[in-house]
Amino acid sequence: MSQYDVVVIGGGNAALCAAIEAAETGADVIILESAPKHMRGGNSRHTRNFRCMHQGPLSVLTGTYDETEYYDDLLLVTKGQTDPDLARLAIRESESCLPWMERHGVIFQGSLSGTLSLDRTNAFFLGGGKALVNAYYACAEDLGVTIRYNAEVRHVDLSEGRFTAAILTDGTRIEGRAAVLASGGFQADLDWLTRAWGPEAANFLIRGTPYNRGVVLRDVLDQGAVSVGDPTQCHCVAIDGRAPKFDGGIVTRLDCVPYALVVNRDGARFYDEGEDVWPKRYAIWGRLVARQPDQIAYAITDQKAQGLFMPPVFAPVKADTIEGVAQLLGLSGDSLRQTVAEYNAACRDGTFTPGVLDGLATDGLDPPKTNWARPLDTPPYYGYMLRPGVTFTYLGLKVTERAQVQGAHGLLPNVWAAGEIMAGSILGQGYLAGFGMTIGTVFGRIAGQEAAAYVG
Amino acid sequence: MLDNSLSDEATRQFQICNSCRYCEGYCDVFPQLFSLPEMSAAQATHLANLCHNCRGCYYACQYAPPHEFDLNLPAVLAELRQDTWERHALPQALARVFHAHGVAVAAALIAGFALLFFAMAALRPEAGEGFYAYLSHNAMVLIFAPAFVLPLLGLALSLRSYWREIGGGWVTWADLKRMGGSVARMKNLSGGAGQGCNFEQGARYSNARRHAHQATLWGFLMCFAATSVATLMHYGLGWEAPYPFWSPPKLLGVPGGILLCLGTGALAWLKLRADRDLGAARVWGGEMAFVVLLFTVSATGLALYAATGTGAVPALLAIHLGAVLAFFVLTPYTKMVHGFYRVAALLKRG
Repeated sequence: MSQYDVVVIGGGNAALCAAIEAAETGADVIILESAPKHMRGGNSRHTRNFRCMHQGPLSVLTGTYDETEYYDDLLLVTKGQTDPDLARLAIRESESCLPWMERHGVIFQGSLSGTLSLDRTNAFFLGGGKALVNAYYACAEDLGVTIRYNAEVRHVDLSEGRFTAAILTDGTRIEGRAAVLASGGFQADLDWLTRAWGPEAANFLIRGTPYNRGVVLRDVLDQGAVSVGDPTQCHCVAIDGRAPKFDGGIVTRLDCVPYALVVNRDGARFYDEGEDVWPKRYAIWGRLVARQPDQIAYAITDQKAQGLFMPPVFAPVKADTIEGVAQLLGLSGDSLRQTVAEYNAACRDGTFTPGVLDGLATDGLDPPKTNWARPLDTPPYYGYMLRPGVTFTYLGLKVTERAQVQGAHGLLPNVWAAGEIMAGSILGQGYLAGFGMTIGTVFGRIAGQEAAAYVG
Repeated sequence: MLDNSLSDEATRQFQICNSCRYCEGYCDVFPQLFSLPEMSAAQATHLANLCHNCRGCYYACQYAPPHEFDLNLPAVLAELRQDTWERHALPQALARVFHAHGVAVAAALIAGFALLFFAMAALRPEAGEGFYAYLSHNAMVLIFAPAFVLPLLGLALSLRSYWREIGGGWVTWADLKRMGGSVARMKNLSGGAGQGCNFEQGARYSNARRHAHQATLWGFLMCFAATSVATLMHYGLGWEAPYPFWSPPKLLGVPGGILLCLGTGALAWLKLRADRDLGAARVWGGEMAFVVLLFTVSATGLALYAATGTGAVPALLAIHLGAVLAFFVLTPYTKMVHGFYRVAALLKRG
């Protein structure tokens, strides 16, 4: 049995920010990371940038990105389903977080090739999220934080109306005077996902860590903690169907849809591929594919589309005829040929301009393709497989502006939460690139400061 | 023969990198990789020789083993580099032996000692000053001129063949400037932001290896310059050795030797602490022996200077010259070639 000032449950960005803040006040801190060392960092190891407000150039960020613009960007993706006070707090605090991150070992770089649209709003981590996680673990070690890997918390003891201990799966009891819950969402628990979404969810791929199984979230909710966010919803994008079940991360994204014709298992089209530019549409395609039979779809392009999108990690199938592609994808050659013929017949003359809405739409086709509609007529033809990929779940713990967790009978006096486990308080739906790291950093730091003040 | 399994594996890993791009800021390899329309075995070979094995990309990699994508770019590029050096060497068999086996390097070193002891015993001059009292200048030239020129000639042919393989074109002044700047600052071991690389401390950055390498490089170049200047003074000015401390050969050689000693000592120490599986593990022994050989060259040179006027001079002279001889002869077949191939890779426009 051990006794710590602050027990941090989780080992990703939010957990590390909380642990560092608390340890810097002299508190005796332990991090309980459920993953083994090489998989530490939760979904943070797959991230790449931090969306940051700034009133003028800041580190690698150019220009200005003020609170109003940032908040408007957020409202656009969440369709208003956001807590304005917490959201504005995260946005305002992000500006002071960036220098704090640099002081604690995070190195930033300019936006990566292919992400120029983010160079004013998002600061990229040199080496990506795992490099950030490495820097924070080194920092926490130097501050004397105890770090336990393979330490999965099974139960958080709140029986006295306050946190007394975390109990690990092996029965070890880690006692503490305060707790920070930062153990992520439940997207890697496929049973939970299936209960929430329906049986289709069994075919979903999980883009991030297999260790976010929501055990702590479930346990705390079962003890009466107040939840926010729609339990049936998850952030779900269309990714490469051949990606691994878990942990495929960034490389499994597939950006070909706007320049492709997309069909389901039966060779039929089901949605306008050219509705908008891909960064604004990739998130809805996860749901679209999820509603198709077997939760699978196929994107078909011809030679003309090669080089218009980021290279996929898995080579597409390739054939000189549409039937050939159909065969390689396991589709009916007749249906696909017919779908392509109908689509080609509906294409009209006009100027094709990739990357911007060019208005080159089909004529009389249902569903239409409203931009970038060029006939598929130049072999070789390429085929890509699409499946829904879950990034994170929205269900979370309700917290105050000081990250304090709402229990069954009011605020829990010594429990704070940060990161994905409470992000539902801010993100009701949709997602804004780099905002998860903003929430994790801002509320991780607040949770660490509050916990340290409580025990200090 | 190009080892296709290596370039295929590198190409597999490059494809994953190309879809990720998180490591773009670490070194020159990634921007060049991302600008390629298509990967070929020759391009993979070029990128492998451009890689300085800073290991930043491995420790930052979300797909490093045991992830099923199994990315270990530093290792596969090290293997591919090694393959390049052995494949282009003349003759290949010598490269395969000395690159991989420290014992072979040690045997060559002992052979060098033996040859020099024998030469000094057999060709003992009747008169001479300084070192020339033990081995005449002409005898030294007779031994060292071919031992220096022939390996360099072979290396030049190897580099020509490499340059053709990777499709290197004419070198411009801008290429030279870019290469020089990169080597002088060891830019590709800076980690992109000056934080250094990941070597002896795993996931933590450190500049120790970069600084140790710089000490080795500059120390070596100063020692080389000392010998070159002395040769010019001997033949051009008729000013023969031994040289006093306040002379160009000594002013270059003594600090150069100290730097080389410190640099190689530090490199060997760091190498013992780093993860062998992030390099070409099969040649670890040969690499370490090469570092020790360079250390021996510099340490015996300094010892020889320190022993001036004592009875230890003849033995130290034989040992030092034996080490220098082994170093020269082994140049095309040891880690020494990495510098030449790296310069070529840096000269090639991305």
